[in-house]
Amino acid sequence: MELDRLLFTFFNPEIAREYWPDIAKGFVVTLQLGLATIAAGLALGLGLAMARSLQLRVVNWAIVFFADALRALPPLMVIIILFFAFPYAGLPMSAFTATWLSLSLVLAAFSEEIFWAGIVSIPKGQYEAARSTGMSAWQTLVNVILPQAVRITIPPLTNRTIAITKGTALGSVVALAEILGSAHSASSLAGNPTPLTLGAVAYLLLFIPFVLFGRWVETRFAWKR
Amino acid sequence: MYEVFQQFLNPEIISKVWLYLLKGLGTTALLSLMVVPLGLASGLAVAALWSLRKRWLNGLLIVYVDFFRAFPPLVLLLFIYFGFPFVGIEVPAIVAVAIGFLLNTSSYYGEIFRAGIESVPRGQWEAARSTGLSWAQTMIGVIVPQATRNVLPDLLSNTLEVVKLTTLASVVAIPELLNAARNAQALTYNATPIVLAALMYLALLWPVVRLISRLEHKAVAVR
Repeated sequence: MELDRLLFTFFNPEIAREYWPDIAKGFVVTLQLGLATIAAGLALGLGLAMARSLQLRVVNWAIVFFADALRALPPLMVIIILFFAFPYAGLPMSAFTATWLSLSLVLAAFSEEIFWAGIVSIPKGQYEAARSTGMSAWQTLVNVILPQAVRITIPPLTNRTIAITKGTALGSVVALAEILGSAHSASSLAGNPTPLTLGAVAYLLLFIPFVLFGRWVETRFAWKR
Repeated sequence: MYEVFQQFLNPEIISKVWLYLLKGLGTTALLSLMVVPLGLASGLAVAALWSLRKRWLNGLLIVYVDFFRAFPPLVLLLFIYFGFPFVGIEVPAIVAVAIGFLLNTSSYYGEIFRAGIESVPRGQWEAARSTGLSWAQTMIGVIVPQATRNVLPDLLSNTLEVVKLTTLASVVAIPELLNAARNAQALTYNATPIVLAALMYLALLWPVVRLISRLEHKAVAVR
């Protein structure tokens, strides 16, 4: 009896039928936001790590400053700054842009550190050997160092990327109609938590494969000691 | 330039809101003091259960850990806070935060402690047990101290993430730092409180980021 009531409240078939298109739309937004964040964040992170390997003092300081600041600030704080503070400087942006930009910058900061740790971990002899065969510094970086470095960085990078991509849900705080935002407003409209349940299921559908992939990658690319 | 300054670091507004923000910072500290020990303890429990090596139990633990790692913590929090009142269970915001964080952080801390425990050589177990220590004594006195040392950078870095995650409590109207900053910004029509809150986070968390960076690079160098 109690269980029936619980089921009926948290999964009401009628309400689910009425509101699932909203959640599906939110799903598409979350998917776009997530993919855009991963692409921009990792690309920027790798670019910064490569720039750092040039060993130019001022550039290095700027990169470390950027990476430290965005690792110290809570992602929600960054979103709030972009969405609520930037308009005061005449730079308003949509909720999607603010969330995407914030998460991309945060992911770039973390992935730069991970890529950099990977680059540093490659023995210096590799670099010297490659240079002595006549490769340029750039060729050495791209063809010798990065292929080895990226391989080691894959497990921590995967986990970090999942954790930050889950931050797409933070977009709901600035009224972005992604999964959580749509589910929350639908459940207030319906006076029933069923849309929230649907939203939860949608997140699991989206992220469980990621988490399983991360687990697989962890064993596949584990450090050989 | 002056305009921007007036909007982002207005001295008059700073003098009005800094005490209010400091109170928010106090709440953030209290929240962290609640959720970090809770997460550490429950994560350790998850890892200890794992090292019992019961096949069915480990299956359950993997499902538990992966389930809550796949779930955005904000979704979990709102589900608890807004969902349960519908079945007549009123959950105070602070309790919702405690439960949501417990479920989320125990999975992350659990995975870290598990890796730590697995990094302790098997011989340590055997040696400890052969001296007559019980399973629990071995775990507490021999394995956990070494395991913790081995994964200290990961533990610290996850703790930083948990502290940053307390900003989510602002969504359920707990007056922590971010929530205070948003309120003050809405009242003053000025971005200064938000900038000030960001500076407070930077001032407090930057040294931690530096420390973690050093520990991590040291760990890589040792290998």
